[in-house]
Amino acid sequence: MNFDVSSRLSHESAPKRANDAEPPIGESKKASAPRSMSKTEPAAETHSRPRWDEVSVSQITPKMKAEDLHASFGSAEVIKGISLPVAEKLVTAIIGPSGCGKSTFIRCLNRMHEVVPGATTKGKVLLDEQDIYDRNVDPVRVRGRVGMVFQKPNPFPTMSIRDNVLAGLRLNGIKLRDPDGQVERALRQVALWDEVKDRLAKAGTSLSGGQQQRLCIARALALEPEVLLMDEPCSALDPIATARVEELIHELRESYTIVIVTHNMQQAARVANFTAFFYLGQLVEYNRTQVIFTRPKEQRTEDYITGRFG
Amino acid sequence: MSALESDMVDRRHTDREYENELAQVRERVLLMGARVEDMMTASRKAFAERDADLATATIRNDHQIDTLEVEIDELCLQVLARRQPVASDLRFITATLKLVTDLERIGDLCVNMCERVVELCEDRTYPTQGPLPRIGEAAQAMLHDSLDAFVAGDANKAEQVIERDNVVDAYYAQLFPELVAHMMSDPTVVFRSTRMLSIGKYIERIADHATNIGELVVFMVRGLDVRHAGPASNNSPTA
Repeated sequence: MNFDVSSRLSHESAPKRANDAEPPIGESKKASAPRSMSKTEPAAETHSRPRWDEVSVSQITPKMKAEDLHASFGSAEVIKGISLPVAEKLVTAIIGPSGCGKSTFIRCLNRMHEVVPGATTKGKVLLDEQDIYDRNVDPVRVRGRVGMVFQKPNPFPTMSIRDNVLAGLRLNGIKLRDPDGQVERALRQVALWDEVKDRLAKAGTSLSGGQQQRLCIARALALEPEVLLMDEPCSALDPIATARVEELIHELRESYTIVIVTHNMQQAARVANFTAFFYLGQLVEYNRTQVIFTRPKEQRTEDYITGRFG
Repeated sequence: MSALESDMVDRRHTDREYENELAQVRERVLLMGARVEDMMTASRKAFAERDADLATATIRNDHQIDTLEVEIDELCLQVLARRQPVASDLRFITATLKLVTDLERIGDLCVNMCERVVELCEDRTYPTQGPLPRIGEAAQAMLHDSLDAFVAGDANKAEQVIERDNVVDAYYAQLFPELVAHMMSDPTVVFRSTRMLSIGKYIERIADHATNIGELVVFMVRGLDVRHAGPASNNSPTA
């Protein structure tokens, strides 16, 4: 509020009793005016106000960039020309109603979309300026650099905790230099090490849901990706496990570029620096998360996030 | 049409219960605003008609305003806790939380005015014409328009209220030397002049609170913080 201190005090000391009523004699005009609309106000004062966020859309360094990306299943086009930058070492959330193409979009970011029979893409996805759909690019290599975590924790059921962490490395044919160290490092990164270090040989599925999901994140991190895609990573988790994963996201963004798809608007608001709203296969609005959740520019964004949709 | 400039009042939530909760907050604010306007009208009337009884009755009504403030705060808290409002809903709830404080303060200032009127009524000859009624009328019009702007989600009207604060400030600036000169020339009017000066000050403060409400309405509608003459570029959505 714009009470200035002196006028607030003068009001509070303004007695309600008659005998000690004192008019504010001698107050100058300036002192009595609680609000200065005048242009003489020092410029420094207004400019020192903190900005709502530190990074603006125009200032981001993109780690990845979709350029007029289209994606289809057979004849059904689900992504209809989306261009979106993914800011390096920051978290980008993608929100939107079911069927808007958010999962398909992130599956295009590491060439997972094309593994579905009949699925095709058009347009570009740049990773460090290089188009990952270029003919010379090996999709397996792309998936090594752009890891993915899914909605339901999916540790390999027949594998131990330890083998689960190493599974990605083995499947990609990467030689294990220091398997014990790699397992410990990955599990420490997801804050699971202390909980499981004494039972690494137990089945991955013996863990709780939240632990399983963190195990899956560790499996993705063991490949030392540069980008981590998360497709509703908390939708099957309870609030405490969700809080752990969100805490983890905060830590991971120090070293990784993260894209998270979520149905939970509050989660997007909590974890993401930037938020993109998709609707019917198109990008409706992309901005700093603070802006999206406090003053979106597009009516469709406003309607969706406030719950006024259809 | 952009999301911010659209008519927020007429868009319905998918969840009707949530819609009802927001409607309830809005209705209580309207009631509180109407009560505060009534209080101010009564305070000005008590001054104009040298009516100590009306002033005393008005002082007693202030508790209604206080009760509404607490009630609205509670409703807003419930919405925040249960709905986690965002965008226009969030701006509406946060603006409301602040707005009720301004309304409550205006109620208190009306009480102060009435107390001075009771004192003035010991001296039945104080002048009821002159600059004071003029300031009162201007401030009350600001209060009225700021509440109208809130109801209609009309940022342009709110901006006009903010502009008009200068007029009230100018009136008050005139009043001060006038009364001081009066007191210096005639010591017998010191008692009443100090009371009238206080009333002028209270009214000037009421106009400030109406200005606050205007600023809150601009924030609520456009998502821009215009307080303290902050440059609009400071919170441009794309900045």
